[in-house]
Amino acid sequence: MTEPILEVSGLVKHYPLTRGVLFKKQVGAVKAVDGVDFHLDAGETLGIVGESGCGKSTVAKMLVGLEQPTAGRIRYRGEDITRLSGKALKAVRRNIQMVFQDPYTSLNPRMTVGDIIGEAYEIHPEAAPKGDRRRRVRDLLDVVGLNPEYINRYPHQFSGGQRQRIGIARGLALRPEIIVADEPVSALDVSVQAQVINLMGRLQEEFHLSYVFIAHDLSIVRHISDRVGVMYLGRIVETGRDAEIYDHPTHPYTQALLSAVPVPDPEAREHRERIILAGDVPSPTNIPSGCRFRTRCFKARERCALEVPLLAVPAEFRGTRGPAAHDSACHFAEEIRVVPPETGREHGNGPG
Amino acid sequence: MLLEVRDLHVEFRTRDGIAKAVNGVSYGVDAGRTLAVLGESGSGKSVTAQTVMGILDVPPGRITGGEVLFEGRDLLKLKEEERRTVRGAEMAMIFQDALSSLNPVLTVGDQLAEMFTVHRGMSRRDARARAVELMDRVRIPGARERVKQYPHQFSGGMRQRIMIAMAMALEPKLIIADEPTTALDVTVQAQVMDLLADLQREYDMGLILITHDLGVVADVADEIAVMYAGRIVETAPVHEIYKAPAHPYTRGLLDSIPRLDQKGRELYAIKGLPPSLTAIPPGCAFHPRCPLARDVCRTDEPPLYQVGDTRGSACHFWRECLHD
Ligand SMILES: Nc1ncnc2c1ncn2[C@@H]1O[C@H](COP(=O)(O)OP(=O)(O)OP(=O)(O)O)[C@@H](O)[C@H]1O
Ligand SMILES: Nc1ncnc2c1ncn2[C@@H]1O[C@H](COP(=O)(O)OP(=O)(O)O)[C@@H](O)[C@H]1O
Ligand code: SF4
Ligand code: SF4
Ligand SMILES: [Mg+2]
Ligand SMILES: [Mg+2]
Repeated sequence: MTEPILEVSGLVKHYPLTRGVLFKKQVGAVKAVDGVDFHLDAGETLGIVGESGCGKSTVAKMLVGLEQPTAGRIRYRGEDITRLSGKALKAVRRNIQMVFQDPYTSLNPRMTVGDIIGEAYEIHPEAAPKGDRRRRVRDLLDVVGLNPEYINRYPHQFSGGQRQRIGIARGLALRPEIIVADEPVSALDVSVQAQVINLMGRLQEEFHLSYVFIAHDLSIVRHISDRVGVMYLGRIVETGRDAEIYDHPTHPYTQALLSAVPVPDPEAREHRERIILAGDVPSPTNIPSGCRFRTRCFKARERCALEVPLLAVPAEFRGTRGPAAHDSACHFAEEIRVVPPETGREHGNGPG
Repeated sequence: MLLEVRDLHVEFRTRDGIAKAVNGVSYGVDAGRTLAVLGESGSGKSVTAQTVMGILDVPPGRITGGEVLFEGRDLLKLKEEERRTVRGAEMAMIFQDALSSLNPVLTVGDQLAEMFTVHRGMSRRDARARAVELMDRVRIPGARERVKQYPHQFSGGMRQRIMIAMAMALEPKLIIADEPTTALDVTVQAQVMDLLADLQREYDMGLILITHDLGVVADVADEIAVMYAGRIVETAPVHEIYKAPAHPYTRGLLDSIPRLDQKGRELYAIKGLPPSLTAIPPGCAFHPRCPLARDVCRTDEPPLYQVGDTRGSACHFWRECLHD
């Protein structure tokens, strides 16, 4: 086995909740990320899914250094980058770049597209000699499918999908090995979404990129990911290869999540069982004891309030080599198939 | 038919010229049925709905043609005060963004009760009791205590259920839900859609569900109308359209969504972008993006051709699309 390109262990981010104006007193903490472990192999895509507020973006920000972890390690090629500083840190940072969700607010409206993409070279001048930067930016525009002549235009002159391409070009400028993409297509319309997803797929091959791909749309995550991690209230509750998670989920939360996704096939309506979860996600300031999912879990029992389930292959599957034998943080894990094999028409190649 | 929109035209005066947002839209829905209006952003779904509800911004908006028949009466010919009694009592609307459609400085109980005091002349006390009942009905736990809370004290899913309660208050015959779950997580979306479907069944309401989500449509709709650049390009019963779309745009949309049951190869992607509504291409508005386009498409606007007994497609070459 080769070493993973990125390895995250025990990652925690707590935001202190304070009271008082003059003498700030900590009265609690928003446990945005509360003990996350995963690894990313070179050239693969790890998808991270979960509902709003479960900590996906906070994980992303820590990976690219926009937030400082409260605890835990982020190892890039074996080296813990949370302990690096100065030059050494800067050198590593170049290799891990981010693409943001919102193509409307993540680009500075007063900068030209050329300056936005080229800005990275100001921070990392060693990445490209000064005389060569314009040419590089043009190349990047071309790579993401935009006309290089647009280099002097401003963000408002582009559509949402085009702005997302600009964001991707900016992410690629330093030739990183890892791209952390936080909901890169969530703000886009269906037809444009497909264009951007395809682009990301092509770039991955061309530049041997490794992706951490964050989204709340489970179909998109399946489409693009080799492995998937399902997050709930600051932790990964189940992780495995895409078919293990989608076709053989063993955690009740994953099962509920998958069963709730509407599939574009009216025939599936009748023979599909929905797991409708009760209630809302608890506040991250007040995480339930034991299993954090227990307040909404349809299978919760006494033990669930007492013991924290660990993320590991559940005992009942440990001996087997089947697809249910993957990490799942549940005391009563069992395999339930919730995604119907779609019966509708074959996925086509469009008209013509 | 409970509601029938006929050949509706709406435009907006903008800095760049006249934006033709709705260009001859016709659709209808019966009591107890669900019509899904599907389309990408800017295709005119909301403007059509606002015109039906009588809440279009005029100006800059202008209705330049068409009829909105509600139980046979053309609502566009009514005076504003008559319109107001139809709104709320006979038809109601649910919006995507519940937080901004609820009044932040009134408790949800007061807002719900107001429906009954204003429209039904109930006493405050009775209205208050009805408000609690309604909150119960939309499955808000602890309704009796929570009527005293303000909108921001509820989660997104609960706020959307309160919006549904407001819309349901006077037991209207028609509900228009404009992207009611777009801002919600899938598990919450499932709760809300489940509730909406139950209520619709119970009260035998007509429902117009506006969405861009092909999955949601497949789950709940009886009929679909697909919009593109302010026109209906395809209408059909839900089962038929997913099996065999009769318009290249619908077909492209269906082929461009990733699926939950399989890992992807390259997705089909409709090339280009939707047109600007101030400069809709002549002929078929979809022609610059359509792989089947020919000369006639650039000059002749396709009417909504009848496809079998139950369907319509605004494509000169619908046969080719359907059978290919
Ligand atoms: N700077 C901050 N101070 C306090 N709390 C924060 C801060 N940033 C995030 N949080 C909280 O941490 C939790 C996780 O937030 P995060 O943005 O990571 O969620 P997410 O999974 O990306 O959600 P979404 O799907 O809505 O983007 C939320 O409860 C959020 O309110
Ligand atoms: N108040 C308004 N003033 C100017 N243009 C508007 C206004 N409301 C809507 N439009 C325009 O009408 C078109 C259709 O909008 P809309 O019906 O909201 O689309 P959809 O709901 O399908 O996303 C868009 O181009 C939009 O910008
Ligand atoms: S440990 Fe208990 S509460 Fe948690 S997911 Fe499993 S069954 Fe549900
Ligand atoms: S009329 Fe022509 S351009 Fe329009 S959808 Fe049909 S084939 Fe395509
Ligand atoms: Mg986020
Ligand atoms: Mg709209």
